[in-house]
Amino acid sequence: MNLELLNHVSAFIWQEADMLDHGDFDAWLALWAEKGTYIIPIDPNETDFENTLNYAYDDHHMRKLRVQRLIGGESISTSPRARTVRALSRFRVLGEEDGVVTVRCAQNLREFRKDVLKHYTADITFQLKREGECFKIQRKLIQLINSTDTLAGIGYIL
Amino acid sequence: MTNLIETVNLASSPADLVLHDRVHTSLYTDARLFDEELEKVFYSTWIWVAHASEIPDNGSYKSTYIGKQPVIVVRDRKKDVHVLLNRCRHRGATVCEHKKGKTNSFVCPYHGWSYALDGSLRGVPHPESYADCLDKGELPLVSLRVEQYNGMIFATFKDDIEPLVDFLGPAKKWIDLFMKQGAGYGVKVSGEHRFRFPGNWKIQLENTTDAYHFPLVHKSFLSSVDEQTLELFDFVKGPGYVEDLGNGHSVMVMIPDLVDLEANLDLPIPERFEALADELRAEGIEEEQVRRIVRAVGGSGFNLNLFPNVACSMAFFRVLQPVSVNETEIHHAVITMDGGPAVANRYRLRLHEHFQGPMGFGTPDDSEAWERVQKGAQAGTDLWIMLNRGLPGEKESEDGLISDVSAETGMRAAYQQWKKMMSA
Ligand code: FES
Ligand SMILES: [Fe+2]
Repeated sequence: MNLELLNHVSAFIWQEADMLDHGDFDAWLALWAEKGTYIIPIDPNETDFENTLNYAYDDHHMRKLRVQRLIGGESISTSPRARTVRALSRFRVLGEEDGVVTVRCAQNLREFRKDVLKHYTADITFQLKREGECFKIQRKLIQLINSTDTLAGIGYIL
Repeated sequence: MTNLIETVNLASSPADLVLHDRVHTSLYTDARLFDEELEKVFYSTWIWVAHASEIPDNGSYKSTYIGKQPVIVVRDRKKDVHVLLNRCRHRGATVCEHKKGKTNSFVCPYHGWSYALDGSLRGVPHPESYADCLDKGELPLVSLRVEQYNGMIFATFKDDIEPLVDFLGPAKKWIDLFMKQGAGYGVKVSGEHRFRFPGNWKIQLENTTDAYHFPLVHKSFLSSVDEQTLELFDFVKGPGYVEDLGNGHSVMVMIPDLVDLEANLDLPIPERFEALADELRAEGIEEEQVRRIVRAVGGSGFNLNLFPNVACSMAFFRVLQPVSVNETEIHHAVITMDGGPAVANRYRLRLHEHFQGPMGFGTPDDSEAWERVQKGAQAGTDLWIMLNRGLPGEKESEDGLISDVSAETGMRAAYQQWKKMMSA
């Protein structure tokens, strides 16, 4: 097991999580490769995300809009913004090809907004492109364990 | 003799709770009314259960609910559609727990009774213990009355109500217009967003023909689109209208230019669809068909509300399912072109993701507003929900009543039907 790589990707992913929980969105947007995709599918067995319906299938433009919606104060479901704490763990490097590391981990996210506490659990698979000493996110795939069930409105970035 | 069991009576009869221009708040909050609605509305009229494309082949099925009763919508070997109560005739277990799929039969997992696609009981394991007393012909899955209009499948528990086409009445022509978004291909449901909100089902029923809320609740969505699209969605001051179509159905025309997707094909292609048009042309599709597809991708310029549980809304079906007096489940089923160009369908999917669903830029804000209605409805016990917007300008039309685009005509239509059914 390449512990150095495992450490490296875990540190990167924890940093991403911290940015989202603490609203550091400019820094978060800068973590992405220009052509990176942010995907939250519905069907856990789906692999053709482009040609199927997802909860989110964001390119760079949509990610920026999503951030804008979060901070813009125009949406009654995102203001007040939900407070979130996400715990990521169980990192496993699945492989590396052409400078792209694929790593899977578990995410437990707690959300509190107005007077309700909610909980979302997901598998997350990152494709991280090496860029010098660091990484850029080429793909973030969020597979909620209850994606086929009814969800409530999610006004933040998972 | 004194009655030991207190008889439960509604303070007022349902008819007293619906006036011409307002309804009583207890319509959102009274659990006894909710139970009565299940009986008198959901189990007494035509309820939308599926679009034909969701069960395309022999053996394709979908499980869903009518009111609170689980049902299976299934296509049999002869391509006929059945709506079966999802309940084994032995001791009552559900025979299907998948949301959709394909099968030859439904086998109950408890003791193995098996049913054919039309619901008939085919086999019972170890029948010897019944000697000759078990008549399989008497114990099929209970089958409801089913009728279809232009791909929309409805079912009812009632054998004596009017045929579906009579129930739909003038709404039929709007369904036909809505299906033009197939652009000559078939209309196909390609997945759905499901979510729940803590509020009464009628709050969402009202919303489908409520243009009044759009610029406010969907401000953040409007900020996320280009100038041209923004203009298109600025319909509240526009020439659109709402029309009561009878039997609780109504239509809200937001963008009159987009009522008939096959008219005015020579209008300029909107900027946001220029790249799509180019890709379609590059695939060798003829200009006329390119324009037809591009217009279809944006969806129809109207919302058609069919009482009580389905709407044909721009480019998707909106289905509501009552869960309890203060909880409702909503499905937003996306529509694509069956066999149409993949690039056009991708546009459709991305547009749907942009607005709909738990992570869309529109739905969560609607949901928050509806949640607030339910919460606010707890304040004061004798207050009314106002539905008088657009009354002064309301006129008789060929099909019913018509008023301006942000009038509450559609809601008044729905509540009059509610009143009629609840008083029956
Ligand atoms: S309950 Fe279905 S076979 Fe017994
Ligand atoms: Fe809305």
